[in-house]
Amino acid sequence: MSVPLHAGTESCVGAEKGEITPVLEKQADELVSRYPISKRSAVLPLLHLWQETFGYIGPRGVEWIARKLSLQEIQVLELVTFYPWFRQQPYGKFHFRVCRTLPCALGGSGKTFAALQKLMNLKADGHEGAMISEDGRFSLEYSECLASCGTAPVVLRNDEFYEKVDEKRATELVAGCQ
Amino acid sequence: MSNCISIPMNPWNHDVAKDEKDLVDVQIDGVWLQMPRGLNVVEAAHRAKKFIPHYCYHPKLSVVGNCRMCLFEMGTPKMGPDRKPILGADGKPEIAWMPRPQIGCATGITPGMGIRTDSPLVKDCRNGVMEFLLINHPLDCTICDQAGECKLQEFSVEYGTGESRFVENKVKKPKNVDLGERIVLDDERCILCSRCVRFSSEVTKDNVLGFVNRGSYSTLTAYPGKRFDNDYSLNTVDICPVGALTSKDFRFQMRVWFLKESKSICTSCGTGCNVTIGSREGKVHRLTPRENEAVNSAWMCDYGRLNFHYLEDKERLQNPLTKAAGEHFPAPWGDALNRAAEGLRKVQPSEIAVVASARMTNEELFVLKRWMDELGVTLVDTVNRPEQGDQFLRSADGNPNTRGAELLGLSHGGRKLSTWGGEIAAGRMKALLVLGGEDVVAAGIPAACLAQLEILIASAILPNATTRVAHVILPGAGFAEKSGSMVNVHGRLQRFSRSIAPPGQAREEWMILRDLREIVTGGNSLHSIEDIWKSMATVIPVFAGLSWGKIGDQGVDLTHSLPAEATAK
Repeated sequence: MSVPLHAGTESCVGAEKGEITPVLEKQADELVSRYPISKRSAVLPLLHLWQETFGYIGPRGVEWIARKLSLQEIQVLELVTFYPWFRQQPYGKFHFRVCRTLPCALGGSGKTFAALQKLMNLKADGHEGAMISEDGRFSLEYSECLASCGTAPVVLRNDEFYEKVDEKRATELVAGCQ
Repeated sequence: MSNCISIPMNPWNHDVAKDEKDLVDVQIDGVWLQMPRGLNVVEAAHRAKKFIPHYCYHPKLSVVGNCRMCLFEMGTPKMGPDRKPILGADGKPEIAWMPRPQIGCATGITPGMGIRTDSPLVKDCRNGVMEFLLINHPLDCTICDQAGECKLQEFSVEYGTGESRFVENKVKKPKNVDLGERIVLDDERCILCSRCVRFSSEVTKDNVLGFVNRGSYSTLTAYPGKRFDNDYSLNTVDICPVGALTSKDFRFQMRVWFLKESKSICTSCGTGCNVTIGSREGKVHRLTPRENEAVNSAWMCDYGRLNFHYLEDKERLQNPLTKAAGEHFPAPWGDALNRAAEGLRKVQPSEIAVVASARMTNEELFVLKRWMDELGVTLVDTVNRPEQGDQFLRSADGNPNTRGAELLGLSHGGRKLSTWGGEIAAGRMKALLVLGGEDVVAAGIPAACLAQLEILIASAILPNATTRVAHVILPGAGFAEKSGSMVNVHGRLQRFSRSIAPPGQAREEWMILRDLREIVTGGNSLHSIEDIWKSMATVIPVFAGLSWGKIGDQGVDLTHSLPAEATAK
């Protein structure tokens, strides 16, 4: 997919704004055409496309995809809520995922998370889904295994992967957000 | 039978084998039996009088295999080097048992298959599954409507441990969710079997239900902003194995173990869905569908299911009433019937007309017909009741027994009736009997016109514009209060039995007509439903060879013997 991740995120904080362009329609139709036997199989690719385009998947996205694939809205919503990758509200411009699976947890990902949380000035406890800073610049959440247990703790900033992120490295990462 | 199936063919029907005659040998709990090839193992065990417990499996819905309750031990015949089954001392194949259990709902039987439904492994599996299912369950049976018919409760007693080892916190989920106009959902009771989700997507095809979130937090919900208001929504309450989906109409009304259940049919339209009436102490509490593949499968519409509260109506006619000085007064049955008979004797039979009802039973109609024939009354018709049918179970005919009334020659589709206003106004029609609670005022004969009649006799269960001007009112019985049979729009003869007593002095209409007949014509036979059937079977060709007993609980298909014009519908 050529669409850069998080494109449009800034413009759509608070609402799933933005135009459904002919380009988007074309991309979607191309994805659907990859599943000639069951259109329903295109749900996940379309959800990814929508989230990459608009930053998150709100009711507008669910309904658009459902119409596109002749599904009921609930059948799309089920998937949106099932996969942690999909989000139903806009995240910050810089979204951090901190692994909390066992090796990272042992490697000190809790400290990393707390450091990031402090740097971003976020209040909640982090275990109830993503936290978003008031200015919409940062968001932070725990994730499950990011598949690099040997270099724990690991952090995902938007689409970039960082290893051995201790508190010092965390500060650098936040400072590096431009 | 094939041409009378009214509902779209169910693609699942796991309780029916593809070919019932293609039998294979299977061993179920040590006993060799013959079963149709490919039959679902849960159903095969059922046929062998064994029970494999299950939650998500339903014979009329697709198989998802998510509850894991139907685990059984499976074996296949041991093969020799020649790829032929090794036979044991008893001449039957020796079975090699698989180390791990299989789910019965998603397994079809194959030749020589071994099935164990009660081995230690199977018992252990069920015990484990029960423990998992109960982990987050609120265990609120004491206030739960499903108690008494709850599979979770029953299987817990049967296969569970009786106590919980779970010391962690239970997951909290939404309670008292207003899912639709007739349904309330308790998500904590839900075991995520997905029967309701499958019902709404496979049977009614307008699925708004689904599971959101994942793992322990999976939650049954309707899409935000959408309501589960389908006219078949209450079927999900029936198939919900636990107390998650409850009917707003029935919840907190009655403990199910107090209900007396009687086999009946729904009389709210021409389909005649088979139902079970649950009543207690003379009050009907609920109707639930009773399985009949030739009529309604395992379903019924919400309209028909809830259309019984009129039996409880405060306005119910409970006493025979006669009119004197412009007012109705209660009268004993004898007086009321004598008054009616007297009125009828004063006029010529040709001046008498009868509005029969296609809501009356065949038995009632037959007694009426007998009486009319004896007296020489020929003017008779019924009131049409066209409805907006759907493509599923709701018929476009709002009368439950149109075919029966036609068979007995008492219906002319309302064509005659439309001319009777003029006949009465012209003074050619002097007596009118309006039966079965029909309202001829609503059917087009003005009340002022009815006032010109010398005698107007009405039988009804609720007052209407016709009873208001009637000289004699005879209180009848509702469908749950009487026994009888009807012929549905597809030509299937079905019977129903009295569940509760009619209120006050009200009586089953065939008894009223029987007594009226005795007074008016002196004819006295037909003293029981069985008597009526004996007579009806000799007079009505389509009913030849039939009796009350032979109709049975599933009814009899008459399409092969129905007259051509009746079938042409």
